[in-house]
Amino acid sequence: MANSLEIGVNGKRYAVNYPPDTPLLYVLHDELGLAGTKYGCGEGQCGACTVLIGGAPRRSCQIQVGSAATKPITTIEGLEKDGKLHPVQQAFLDAGAFQCAFCTSGMVMSSVGLLQTNVNPKREDIVQFLQGNICRCGTHPRIIEAVQHAAKMMQERAR
Amino acid sequence: MNTVRQSSAAEPERFEFSAAPLHKFDLARREFFKFLGAGVAVFLVAKDALAAQETPPGSRSFHNEELPKEITSWLHVGEDGIVTGFTGKAEMGQNIRTSISQTIADELRVPFESVRLVMADTSLTPFDAGTFGSRTTPTMTPQFRRVAEAARNLLVGVAAKEWNVAPEGLVAADAKVTDPASKRSLSYAELARGKALAQNLPAEDPITPAREWRVAGKPLLKVDGRAFVTGSHKYTSDIRLEGMLYGKVLRQPSFGATLASCDDSAAKAMNGVTVVRDGDFVGVTAPSVREAQKALDAIRTQWKEVPQVSSKEIFSYLKKNAESSSNERFRHQKGSVEEGLAAAVHRLETTHNVAYIAHAPLEPRAAVAQWTDGRLTVWTGTQRPFANRDELASVFHLPESSVRVIVPDTGAAYGGKHTTDAAIEAARLARAVGKPVKVVWTREEEFTWAYFRPAGVIEVKSGISKEGKLTAWEFHNYHSGMSGIETPYDVANQHTEYHQVPLVLRSGSYRGLAATANHFARETHMDALAHVAQMDSLEFRLKNLSDARTRAVLEAAAKSFGWPRKKTQEGQGFGLACGFEKGSYVAACVEVAVNRASGDVRVVRVVEAFECGAIVNPDGLRNQVVGAIIQGLGGALFEAVEFENGRITNPHFAAYRVPRFRDVPEIEAVLLDRKDIPSAGAGETPIMAIAPAVGNALFDACGVRLNNLPLIPNGLRAA
Repeated sequence: MANSLEIGVNGKRYAVNYPPDTPLLYVLHDELGLAGTKYGCGEGQCGACTVLIGGAPRRSCQIQVGSAATKPITTIEGLEKDGKLHPVQQAFLDAGAFQCAFCTSGMVMSSVGLLQTNVNPKREDIVQFLQGNICRCGTHPRIIEAVQHAAKMMQERAR
Repeated sequence: MNTVRQSSAAEPERFEFSAAPLHKFDLARREFFKFLGAGVAVFLVAKDALAAQETPPGSRSFHNEELPKEITSWLHVGEDGIVTGFTGKAEMGQNIRTSISQTIADELRVPFESVRLVMADTSLTPFDAGTFGSRTTPTMTPQFRRVAEAARNLLVGVAAKEWNVAPEGLVAADAKVTDPASKRSLSYAELARGKALAQNLPAEDPITPAREWRVAGKPLLKVDGRAFVTGSHKYTSDIRLEGMLYGKVLRQPSFGATLASCDDSAAKAMNGVTVVRDGDFVGVTAPSVREAQKALDAIRTQWKEVPQVSSKEIFSYLKKNAESSSNERFRHQKGSVEEGLAAAVHRLETTHNVAYIAHAPLEPRAAVAQWTDGRLTVWTGTQRPFANRDELASVFHLPESSVRVIVPDTGAAYGGKHTTDAAIEAARLARAVGKPVKVVWTREEEFTWAYFRPAGVIEVKSGISKEGKLTAWEFHNYHSGMSGIETPYDVANQHTEYHQVPLVLRSGSYRGLAATANHFARETHMDALAHVAQMDSLEFRLKNLSDARTRAVLEAAAKSFGWPRKKTQEGQGFGLACGFEKGSYVAACVEVAVNRASGDVRVVRVVEAFECGAIVNPDGLRNQVVGAIIQGLGGALFEAVEFENGRITNPHFAAYRVPRFRDVPEIEAVLLDRKDIPSAGAGETPIMAIAPAVGNALFDACGVRLNNLPLIPNGLRAA
């Protein structure tokens, strides 16, 4: 099973022993122990496994690790910098925007992806962008609120 | 072991409550302080066990006492000032880790941050029947208040002895005991130092009334929220143990199918793969999930299938197969429905079909099992850790003391994680390979082999007088269950009855149980009656409702919603519904927008009033209420499990539609805080009014009465 595949996750290089056609999710979660990225369906339908690949939010269950080797990957574990939460994480925390929280990693990563391309999203933009992320506990209104709050925090920081 | 499927298919949880057996507390009492360090501990002992176990109040040497057999909760104050509560309840997103911690902090008079909670670990926590039935808040909150109060008094007693003063004059606050006369004070940590004080406590001591709460009653955020936004919390499915393998279990192609032949030679030949066969149980282990799946796919099987009922014929099947001898327990009669109907000026009969729905928690069933010297430890996301332990002990012919079940805070359950399936599977595989094994169900397995909220048929017959008063009420529920079957309305002549039907699909608890179906049928029927009587829906309900708490939520929801509303747009509609269950009260007002040309339906706004006595945490409660509304919209509008030839035909999120962001309306939760009433649970009742309120709003919008759940699985045009 050994091969020379390497991937860059959260600024670190990792040797990958799983075959290159393995969905990235299993490499992250099972092989590398970056378990913040969740298996919710394995079918690209729930968004719990969302990570950033080259800055864009992607369903890691639908991407082969071999094809993710050339771009930097960011998982939920890579957002916190020097003990300080990413504004999106902080906003989720402040808004109490989770219950069982199994969707939270994916929600946060999708939201970070959204805010990278749209610094001041309207409610409809957030709804549209997060449509592929399932929250079964029904915490959607607070998630929307958190993303809007994060956008504000990020704009203030950028000033 | 050849009966894994059968044994786990047993359904004691279908109606949830069953008597708790007597269980021993695993940890030998002298080990408490060894385990926790010195300090002060208080144990709450169930009432029945007290006669034999009661000890006089006051502190006493720990090692002189035997461990009570019926401890229900306990608390420890350590030398570092850390307070640890122990409960068999499990956290699954309902936020009880936070609300119980608040309660302890409140009663013990310590900062919220100093409280820890050990939950749902059969070796460390007291026996608990399970986390279901909205029972955590009404049972654990007063229990922890009592142990916390007793611990506080113990600490005051230590200080009094230290200073040689009467305890009555001392004040406990901010984690210290102070003597106002001499201005001396000692922290709880200092008081606990070097001590091994323990007290058994009867379950009925008085507790602080809600009006005097300081930490409880506040909207504190989830206690360990940071672990969730950083992804560091380890759910069961995230656990990795040294040498752990991944397991998969072979599933039948259809319900009831039996294995005719099985060739596992190709799978066995795979590198690192072990095939485990035990009767009809066939499973594999491998170093990775994918290798396990590949091995499973390589097993060649032939099956003997049996005919199965399909979702197309389910409702007539349920009606035809209802068991004839209806149990007295399932029937309630008052007055004469016949006479009531004869006296009515308007009579109405309706039939309501309610589909099977799936819980679909985002974390699928999962377990990690490890055998060490004949003892089994299982981490699993379950609502019933002790029942899971007992089932594991039984399946593997072990004493209960050889099995430990630990429940990490879990990725939701909604009533759907009572069973032991994944735990048994992981344990069977782990025993065969002599290494820890993790089993995580796929989404398709979750949609197929978990259990469902049962389908049902409900028939309602009623009569009203000229003045719009109910004269007769007859209500029959076939199969879905008894919860919430009684009407809250005033009717002199009534007959309600539940008819059992043998299971078709594996069925069990779901948030609110059958109360959602029964509320839907009743409140839909009541709306139709109001229409027949040409009365406003709110006015008609209030005219027939004397229950003060139900009236209060109905009026609160109507007021915030602005009922009655004038229509300002084409396709607009308003509906409402109300009810109560398990000590809490709910009413919802809903606005919908219907596009008649396209058949598109949008739920625009929901105002729901909810009352569950004194509110322990308004923030957590709001999350539960809003969450129940949104989850309830799925079952109301489009969720339905479809099946044919013993196969679930929509076992994926792409085919089984759950509410997503675009389905979420503007929501207002009106929380009524009744500080004069003991706190009830809130995980279930908030879901019950939403489906009928939406259906009634759709009728108001377009004049089509939708009597079945889901209301519009294929849009309004198909309805």
